[in-house]
Amino acid sequence: MSLVSLNSFYILAGAFILATALRVVLDKGHTRRWSTALFWGLLGVSFVFGGSMPPMVTGYLVLGMTILAASGRVAVSRERSTGREERLKSAERLGDRLFWPALLIPATAIVGSLLLGRIHWHGISLVDSSYLSVISVCIGAVLALALGFRLTRAPAGAAVGEGSRLLQAVGWALILPQALAALGGLFARAGVGTVVAGLVERALPTQYSFVAVAAYCLGMMLFTICLGNAFAAFAVITGGIGVPLIVQAHGGNPAIMAAIGMLSGYCGTLLTPMAANFNLVPVMLLEMEDKNAVIKAQVPIGLALFAFNLLLMELCVYRF
Amino acid sequence: MIKLTGIIVIAAGFALRLNTLLVVLLSGIVTGLVSGMSFNAIMEEFGRLFLTNRYMTLPVVMMLPVVGLLERYGLRERAETLIRRSAAATAGRVLLLYTGVRQVSIALGINIGGHAGAVRPLLAPLAEGAARVRYGNLSKAMVERIRAHAAAAENVGNFFGEDIFIAVGSILLMKGFFEGLKIDVSIWTMALWGIPTAVAAFALMAWRTHALDRHLDREAAHAAEAAKPTDT
Repeated sequence: MSLVSLNSFYILAGAFILATALRVVLDKGHTRRWSTALFWGLLGVSFVFGGSMPPMVTGYLVLGMTILAASGRVAVSRERSTGREERLKSAERLGDRLFWPALLIPATAIVGSLLLGRIHWHGISLVDSSYLSVISVCIGAVLALALGFRLTRAPAGAAVGEGSRLLQAVGWALILPQALAALGGLFARAGVGTVVAGLVERALPTQYSFVAVAAYCLGMMLFTICLGNAFAAFAVITGGIGVPLIVQAHGGNPAIMAAIGMLSGYCGTLLTPMAANFNLVPVMLLEMEDKNAVIKAQVPIGLALFAFNLLLMELCVYRF
Repeated sequence: MIKLTGIIVIAAGFALRLNTLLVVLLSGIVTGLVSGMSFNAIMEEFGRLFLTNRYMTLPVVMMLPVVGLLERYGLRERAETLIRRSAAATAGRVLLLYTGVRQVSIALGINIGGHAGAVRPLLAPLAEGAARVRYGNLSKAMVERIRAHAAAAENVGNFFGEDIFIAVGSILLMKGFFEGLKIDVSIWTMALWGIPTAVAAFALMAWRTHALDRHLDREAAHAAEAAKPTDT
């Protein structure tokens, strides 16, 4: 039993997402007013009521959100912010104090992660200790918001308005990590990792521990290149190669394996056009001619860093 | 083997430039169907996993109101003033400084930057400006080279800093993955083991930005030489 649970912040975040949906509804000039509001409404509902909602209903909510996003029916509304002149003036006035709330979030996160888990009375803990770091960040965000209001003396609605402007700028991509994690879970349940592991085991002499490390790191990089996303590759390759071969067969350290394995995946992200938001969007944004210019600039770093990761894992994963 | 159909769906979906969310959901549905689940069972499983992974999205959503509020009062403009004051003389050094700042700040959980938010309005103009001070007018090839490296500086700083911060999606994803397998793994240990690669990435970026400056030196020298005969 705990006083501050993850669910309380889900409800708070959900309320903010629902407020964004309401702001979209009130924006009469919005070309995709109802479908955009519906998207944020569905997401808000999954946050506020997710704790007590049947999972199948959520599944269909996600299906609905996906159809809205894929058919281009989720668009940004015209949230008004301050003009550049005004911002320069207030930046001048507030100076470096503007950084204080921004720094309060990581500070609270670190202090909270170290201390909050130890506070409890008669079996009732202050916070749910299994999600300590996430809860600490959320507490930090709330405290920073309070400090931000104190410093700027902003009107109460400003945070919701500016926040929903940013939320809409992120758009449907906001739920992509959640969807990819769910896909990884489905892959795991269907046994995709086992099939991949079977292929690797048949093809490679994995009784040698360094072959297991090489297969895992290379698998993370190649899968990331194919999928464009290291998160999606992580569940498949770690479930299929990392855990059975490095951890179970050769007794490697799972934390070291996972940390360096994920970073090997990131080396793949530097090399692939599938990671469009990192490698292709900037080409458009910076008005460059060669579509592959960013990837070309990143190839030497991606390959050298991959070699470094491979060596580091081989040297450390069986020793610590 | 048929279980790998989902992976083919992803590859095909990306190749066809379909909406990423749609590709992910389709791949999940196909994977579920070929392994004998009913459509409702797939929706149930997807929904259950979507709900338990809400903690990945939560910190982002919780930070938006305060970040938006600070932006409204000139956070970006203030950061601009600071970066300008500390900007070094060459394009490469500006980019390297940015990578370092990006790595350290995201390791502390502060996600400043981004291609739209920092590279286009701030980093690329600063790096190009530093090169103009040095070489005068820049050729198209030089500008393109600086911009490509500016985008790379953002990606490298972003990727190889974030895994040191414990509340970031990737560390939590790893934690959740191991929890599902009943393997107890400390998020602090995983964050700690992200540090060597972060340092190596910065060192490699130092080499790359140095190479960029040398390359620009050569290109500028070539351009000057090509201009000489017409002068005399």
